[in-house]
Amino acid sequence: MSERKPGVYICKGCGIGEAVDTGALEALASGDLRVPVCKQHDFLCGAEGTAMIENDVADGAVNQPIIAACSPRVMTDQFQFDGAQTVRANLREWVAWAMPAGEEDTQMAAADQIRMGVAAASKMDLPEPRVEEGLSTKIMVVGGGSTGLNAALEAANTGHEVLLVEKTGALGGWGAKWSKRMPHRPPYRDPQDNNVASLIEAVQGNGAITVMTDTTVAETDGMPGRFNVKLANGAGEKQETVGAIVVATGWRPYDATKLGHLGYGASPDVVTGVELEGMLANGGVKRKSDGAAPKTVAFALCAGSRDPEHLPYCSSVCCGASIKQALQIVEADPEAMVYIIFQELRTPGTAEEFYRQAQEAGIVFVKGKVKSVGADLTVTIDDALLQQEVPMEGLDMVVLVTGTVPNATDPDKPAAEKGADQLANDINSVAPIARAGDAEIENPAWSEATPEGGPILNLQYRQGPHLPMLADGFADSHYICFPYETRRTGIYTCGPVRRPMDMAESAEDAAGAVLKAVQAIRSAQAGQALHPRVGDLSFPKFGLDICTKCRRCTVECPFGAIDENEEGFPQINTTRCRRCGTCMGACPVRTISFDNYNVQMVSEMIGAVEIPDEFSEKYRILILACENDAAPALDMAGINRHSLNAEVRLIPVRCLGSVSMLWVSDAFQRGYDGALLMGCRSGDDYQCHFVKGSGIAQERMENIGQTLQSLMLEDGRAKSIEVSIADSAKVGKMIDEFVEEIRGFGMNPFKGF
Amino acid sequence: MANQGPKSQTILVVGGGIAGVTAAVEAAETGYDVILLERGPALGGRVAQLNRYFPKLCHPTCGLEINYQRIRKLRNLRVVTMANVGQVTGEKGDYTVSVNVAPRYVNANCTACGACADATGMEVDNAFNYGLSKVKAAYLPHEHAFPMRYVVAPEAIGTPEADKIKEACKYGAVDLDDQGESFDVNCGAIVWATGWEPYAPENLESYNYNLSADIISNVQMERLANHDGPTGGRIVRPSNGEPVSRVAMIQCAGSRDRNHLPYCSRICCLGSLKHAAYVREQYEDVEVDIYYIDLRAHDKLEAFYQRVAADPKVNFVKSKPASIRVGEDGRPVLCGENTLTRELYEAPYDLVVLATGMQPAVAGGYAPEVAVEQDEYGFLVPAMEGDGGIIPAGVASGPLDVSMSVQSATAAALKAIQAVGPKS
Repeated sequence: MSERKPGVYICKGCGIGEAVDTGALEALASGDLRVPVCKQHDFLCGAEGTAMIENDVADGAVNQPIIAACSPRVMTDQFQFDGAQTVRANLREWVAWAMPAGEEDTQMAAADQIRMGVAAASKMDLPEPRVEEGLSTKIMVVGGGSTGLNAALEAANTGHEVLLVEKTGALGGWGAKWSKRMPHRPPYRDPQDNNVASLIEAVQGNGAITVMTDTTVAETDGMPGRFNVKLANGAGEKQETVGAIVVATGWRPYDATKLGHLGYGASPDVVTGVELEGMLANGGVKRKSDGAAPKTVAFALCAGSRDPEHLPYCSSVCCGASIKQALQIVEADPEAMVYIIFQELRTPGTAEEFYRQAQEAGIVFVKGKVKSVGADLTVTIDDALLQQEVPMEGLDMVVLVTGTVPNATDPDKPAAEKGADQLANDINSVAPIARAGDAEIENPAWSEATPEGGPILNLQYRQGPHLPMLADGFADSHYICFPYETRRTGIYTCGPVRRPMDMAESAEDAAGAVLKAVQAIRSAQAGQALHPRVGDLSFPKFGLDICTKCRRCTVECPFGAIDENEEGFPQINTTRCRRCGTCMGACPVRTISFDNYNVQMVSEMIGAVEIPDEFSEKYRILILACENDAAPALDMAGINRHSLNAEVRLIPVRCLGSVSMLWVSDAFQRGYDGALLMGCRSGDDYQCHFVKGSGIAQERMENIGQTLQSLMLEDGRAKSIEVSIADSAKVGKMIDEFVEEIRGFGMNPFKGF
Repeated sequence: MANQGPKSQTILVVGGGIAGVTAAVEAAETGYDVILLERGPALGGRVAQLNRYFPKLCHPTCGLEINYQRIRKLRNLRVVTMANVGQVTGEKGDYTVSVNVAPRYVNANCTACGACADATGMEVDNAFNYGLSKVKAAYLPHEHAFPMRYVVAPEAIGTPEADKIKEACKYGAVDLDDQGESFDVNCGAIVWATGWEPYAPENLESYNYNLSADIISNVQMERLANHDGPTGGRIVRPSNGEPVSRVAMIQCAGSRDRNHLPYCSRICCLGSLKHAAYVREQYEDVEVDIYYIDLRAHDKLEAFYQRVAADPKVNFVKSKPASIRVGEDGRPVLCGENTLTRELYEAPYDLVVLATGMQPAVAGGYAPEVAVEQDEYGFLVPAMEGDGGIIPAGVASGPLDVSMSVQSATAAALKAIQAVGPKS
């Protein structure tokens, strides 16, 4: 921005005019703060109020309207002016609606809101986008099974060129080996024809799709819009540039040789569900021992799944797949007796009809857990109905319905040394559920799925070659609200690598992942951020002249956006960046900044607050609140007219990860009595929208104690707490408690220095 | 269509719950013009009424907040609340949809200051709390409402209260003569994301829902546990406000039952496990009994089941209770047979939660008349022979949990941009 022209616009509506003396605020802005344009209005968001601001902007008098009115979460459109940079000072939710009207402390809080707004504007510029060169709109799909085939077709149908990479010599994956598939259309009753062959045909006949079989990804470098991938096959290596990547590497069956107690290996007629499927697809079910068609067959469900010793999760598809196979056996031989031994029969949704079909077809469902299978095919069941162990004898075949293991790593590649660290550091176990009283109930133990094998994409990222994954071995996903969001921008997983799912759901999931890939390509072209700061044109700028190569920014970036160049300096990959500012918070020399958000800006805001002297009995406490959860909770506290302590000064931050510890030490040097950070829940059950930001901030805060001690201040004066967006009724009390703790320490002796 | 592009590239999304919001935002973020219609006064649908999500026990408003931030930034996305769809005519690339906007009696001047609510003593049933409380006749839908704008209840119109409400507004935002409006939208593709209705617990005759205030449905339990709900989040007996010491959840209350909902509603097992966690967070001395047929904690959600089941105060009873009666002390009594032990039980509880299922909203007549197929339950399935211009998403397409609805909606956004063709 050539010249900053701030203008302060104070709204008197919604009770602001009754709560504070707006005339005094205007005098402050035009006087001490020397803002050339300062105006008040009774109804600033109304047509007349916004026209007043718009005129000042159009006249060139103002290019930074500082709106001292309501929260930035409301009236966003009304206070958006073309070519101008709007700054919001929250006088309504955080002052007028939360503090007693007409009191000195309320007026001081309002005055500081104005001071902070003006200070922020003095360090902000309108960001200009940075658009990378050499962008590609091609989408690479990794994995040629049914999920990958669907992804390739969806991408091609959306007008993108597609590169489909398959590790084996043929397309189709497991699905190509299936005889039939589970129904997903009404009446949801009968096994449906397998459509994988027609998917392969469609892919092969599509001019926009290039298929590369026997090919793996040797290396992936670059960023969304311009990933440079090295593809390896027998013929050598080939370099390609693609705009986004869809990972559909699917699953593999759980290793049945680990299920010795279930008779696998003891008898040739103990087979896995996958082996049975092979028989169904190739001429019918025959015993391996004598080639005879079995007359009595038992399916042992959850063979490995839902078992702390093996796979902790439910593989989801096994109940339905077994019903399908049982129906096929009975259809081929109506005399056959089929038993399905289950713990919980899981046919959710409309698949209930499929379960009904099986019951009507005479398939016998036995509730119990299979304890062992003998070499003579005797199945010992812990029978839930009889509540005792019951042997099932005279069986011709036992089918172990093994679960699905996600191919989040490539089991055929050796594990990369660097990658082992990466995965170990990524995985956090889930937090226990909170219960009233003292007793905390431990989570049930399970063996964390230690990922085997090498990286799928072999990412040449500072943070390691693997796609991040969760404790259960599935690819990382923010799996409730934003299931496609991960820590590797522009790379989207879908299908059973993300969550156990059947073919119908995988096909849909593939379409979802392709949509995200399309967005990634488009955002790269526009030089703007992706979820959650969609459209943000700012990006981190590095002042390498004072960089000490400490590498904190490259290590802490939740998205692996920053690499190190040959000299060890940080190198930003802009389109990988999600603009959370965690790098900025990490930098000890304050040399990372965004045009519209930077260390200097918040430092100025902290410094702008008037610190009353030590005789005033007025404390000042700095609160840095995450704008995604804590700040909205504070807004809602205001909406409900809950009271907010008038001695705190609130600054919203992009993410707690962006908080520089220098802000905290600065605050104490300037005479603040306490500092509180409010962020989201961290860990595997994270709620942080930037995945790791809040966790990183907590780690940094563990070291703040030393800084405080060097200032001869008590550790407890600075603290980080987790605040959820639903804490509107509690957040005021949380603040009051902290203020009480600070009062216990007394005032900061630095005041007045 | 080979030689001519679609007449309209606008994408219309019907339904502003989590599926509709997701579909609209995801499609708009690819650059297309999107119109999002919501029948109620605010976005968020059923999920906005939930206290927390399984399995993370996190709050739905957290993800909604991000979606609303995205909507605020998207100038190519227009949100219309109070909007009902009338007729749909045309074909892919050129639909005409008639939209009827019901009167809100509050216009865009509203600042959400709340003076209107303060001015009236009149109260109406609070539908947001599923009837568990009353709300002022001029009200903000809830603290996280988007748009943040008040509504005047139609019951107040024509009464002296309406005049008080109007006079209280300094900003000229109350318009008692609001007649609503009707207009046509021309669009190239329609995402149908009309969601679900909780199955009516009154239909389960032997459970006598109407006989005791302490028999509630699972959606009501969400409100009871919510800090923004009728009790400020305290789980108490609705009949007398007393704390609870024995709580029962009844699974498949309507679902997996040919007389009611023949399908499994998928979310109820996890929902009740979550409710058990709510109760245990508030009470140290409490017993929670979950009556179930099969405990369906599919895929990764199994871990959540195991975490709840590790609690000795949470018990699982394999049984579908035959009936509920009200005991002499006023407490509901569950009667039935334990399928495993074959024992008959008559067990009194302080609070009984019926895990009622999801019924597609389209079953109530809210379905497009062209180009989609409905199964016998009312869920929409893409027509085999259809042109793909109307795309079902979320629970309108089948009983899904939130994560699956978001998946379904994101996929629907892709289908919609395919349907309207490359951006011209």
